Amino acid sequence: MTAGLLTPRVLRSLLPALSLAVLLVAIFYLQPRAMSYFGINLLLNLAVPIALATLAQMFILTVNDLDLSIGSFVSFVACIAATWLSEMPLLGILALLGCILVYALLGALIYLRDLPSIVVTLGMSFVWLGLSVLLLPTPGGTAPGWLQALMKLKTPLVPFCVIAAIVIGLVVHLGLMRSAHGAVLRGAGGNPKAVARAGWSLLRIKVTMFALAGCFGVLAGLALVGLTTSADANIALRYTLLSIAGVILGGGEFVGGRVSPIGAVIGAMTLTLAGSFLSFLRLSPDWQIGAQGAILILVLALRMLINRAEARR
Amino acid sequence: MAAEPAWQRLLAQPWLWSYLAAASVWAATIAFTQGQGGGQVLTAAFTFAAFFVIVGIGQMFVVTLGPGNVDLSIPATMTLAGTLAMRIMDGHEALILPGLALALGCGVVIGAINYGLIRALRIPPIIATLSSSFLIQSTAIWYNRGIRIKPPPALAEFATAQVAGVPVLAVGVILLTVLMHVLLTRTRYGRAVLAIGQNQRAAGLAGIPVDRIRLGTYMLCATLAGLCGYVQAGFAGGAALNMGEEYLLASIAVVVIGGTSVAGGNANVPGLWGAALFLFLLVTMLNTFGLGAGIRLVMTGIIIIAVIIAASGRQRAR
Repeated sequence: MTAGLLTPRVLRSLLPALSLAVLLVAIFYLQPRAMSYFGINLLLNLAVPIALATLAQMFILTVNDLDLSIGSFVSFVACIAATWLSEMPLLGILALLGCILVYALLGALIYLRDLPSIVVTLGMSFVWLGLSVLLLPTPGGTAPGWLQALMKLKTPLVPFCVIAAIVIGLVVHLGLMRSAHGAVLRGAGGNPKAVARAGWSLLRIKVTMFALAGCFGVLAGLALVGLTTSADANIALRYTLLSIAGVILGGGEFVGGRVSPIGAVIGAMTLTLAGSFLSFLRLSPDWQIGAQGAILILVLALRMLINRAEARR
Repeated sequence: MAAEPAWQRLLAQPWLWSYLAAASVWAATIAFTQGQGGGQVLTAAFTFAAFFVIVGIGQMFVVTLGPGNVDLSIPATMTLAGTLAMRIMDGHEALILPGLALALGCGVVIGAINYGLIRALRIPPIIATLSSSFLIQSTAIWYNRGIRIKPPPALAEFATAQVAGVPVLAVGVILLTVLMHVLLTRTRYGRAVLAIGQNQRAAGLAGIPVDRIRLGTYMLCATLAGLCGYVQAGFAGGAALNMGEEYLLASIAVVVIGGTSVAGGNANVPGLWGAALFLFLLVTMLNTFGLGAGIRLVMTGIIIIAVIIAASGRQRAR
C-alpha cells in the first residue's frame, strides 16, 4: 500500500524536508533543551537572511545564470542599512532601490551582449565589496530601530524565524510555481526559444528575474543587519557559496528552469543547522564548512539513488 | 585564408587583446611615475602573474570541456597541498622533492574525487567541486591548526630568485605554458578535450574515451592547483589558510580574459599570460594612482566587466 504513495517522484520532493527533519531530530536528541521556543529561535535565527539570499540565487539559476556576487551584494546592503538607512532614511531607501536597478540592468546587459554571467557577477562582487569598504571602512554602524524590532519580534507559540521562513517560501512558491506568469519565467530557463516564439520578450524575463534577485538580496541584507545590529564589508561573503548549495540541496537544478522555492528555503535552513549540529556533537568548529559539504554530498547521493530507482521502473 | 595579410591574421588572434590591455595599463602606470620603477613593476608582475597562470592553465582545460565545467575547489586544493607539504618538509631541505610529490599527489587525489563525485552522483561540476572544496578546506583548517611552518630555505630561495631582474619562477612557468600549449594543440589528449568541449556526444560517438579524458582533465587541474599551493607557500614563507582566496576569481578571470571561450571547445594558452599580467598590473596601476582600497576594488570590477564586454563584441564580429 505504501508503495503506491512512496513513488520516487514523491520521495524526491520530500527529500529536502526529510533531511532537515533528520538533522533537527538529531539535534533535539543530543540536546533536548534545544527543543524550545528559545532554542529553536537561537538555532534558526540566521536562517532567515540565508534563505532570502538563497531565493535570490534561485531566481538567477532559473534563467540558467549564476550569481557569484550575491554574498558581497548582501554585505553592501547591510552596510547601507547600518549607515544611511538609519541616519538619512530617504537616501538609504533610494540607494537600496538603486541597487535593485543595477541588478535589473545587469540582467539586460548579460542578455543583450550574451555575456557569461559567472564573469560579470565576479566583476560585480569586486564592485559591491569596494562600495562597502568605501561606505564602512571599519566594522560598525547601527541598524535602524524598526529593523531590529522586526527581527526580534516575539510571536506567540512559534518563533518569528520559523514563521518568516514559511511565509517567504510560500509567497515565492505561489508566485513562481503556481501562477501563469511564473510558468513563463521558468519556461525561459527550460526552453528559451519556445518561450520567445510564443511571443514573450526574453529580455524582459531576464530583467525581471535579476530585479527579483536584487529585491531578495536587499531583503537578505536588511534581515541580516536587523539580527546583527551592526555591519561589516565582509559580513555575508560566504553567502555566495551557501546560496548555491542551498538551492541545489532544495532540489533545484543548474539548467532547465527546474527550481523549488520551498526546497530552497529548507536547503538554507539545513545548511544553517549543519554548523550547530557539530557543536552539539562537540566536534571542533574546524569541521563546520566540511559538514556542510558532507551533507550536500549525502543528499545528492540519495537523490541520485531515487532517480535510479525511478529509471528502473 | 592564405591571401590574408599578416597583420589581419594577427588582429584575429584572441590573445592579442589581453596583451594590449596589459601593455596599456603598464604604460599608464609608468606615465604616472614619469618613467620610474617600470622595470621593478614588470618583475613583480611576472612573479605574481606566474601563480595566476599555473592555476589558470588547469582551469582553462576544465572550462574547455564544455558548458558548466568549472573547478571551484582550486583555492581549497592550494591551501591543503601547501599546508601538507610545509608540515611534512618541516624546513628540511632533503625533503623538498618528497614535499613536492606530496603536493602534486594531493592534487591528483582531489581531482579524482572531484570527477568521481561528478560521475557517480551525476551532479554539475560546479556543485561537485563546491562540496568537495568545503571538505578540503575543513581538512586544511584541521591539519594546519594555525601554525605557520617556514619552507625549507632552498625552496624559498628558488621561489623568490631573480636573475638580472627576471624572476626564475616566471621562466619556469613560461616553459610550463609552452608545454601545455603543445599538450593542448598537438596531442591526442588536447584534441580530445577540444572535441568534447565542442560536442560531447559527437566526441563519444567518434570513439573518444570521454570519461577518461574528463577524469584526466580534472586531475590535471587539481594537480596544477597543488603545484601552485606548494610554490606559493615557498614564496610567501609558509602556508596560510587564506592563501587560495583570491585564486578562485583569478583562475576564472584569467581564462576568460585570455580569450578562452566560456562555452567550451575553444582554448587559448598564450592569452593566459596576457590576462594574468593585466590583472596584476591593473591593481598596481590603481595603487600607484594612490587610490583607496574601496575605489581600487570598484575600478577592478568595472574594468573586468568592460574587458568582457569588449571581448564579446570581438567574438561577435568574427
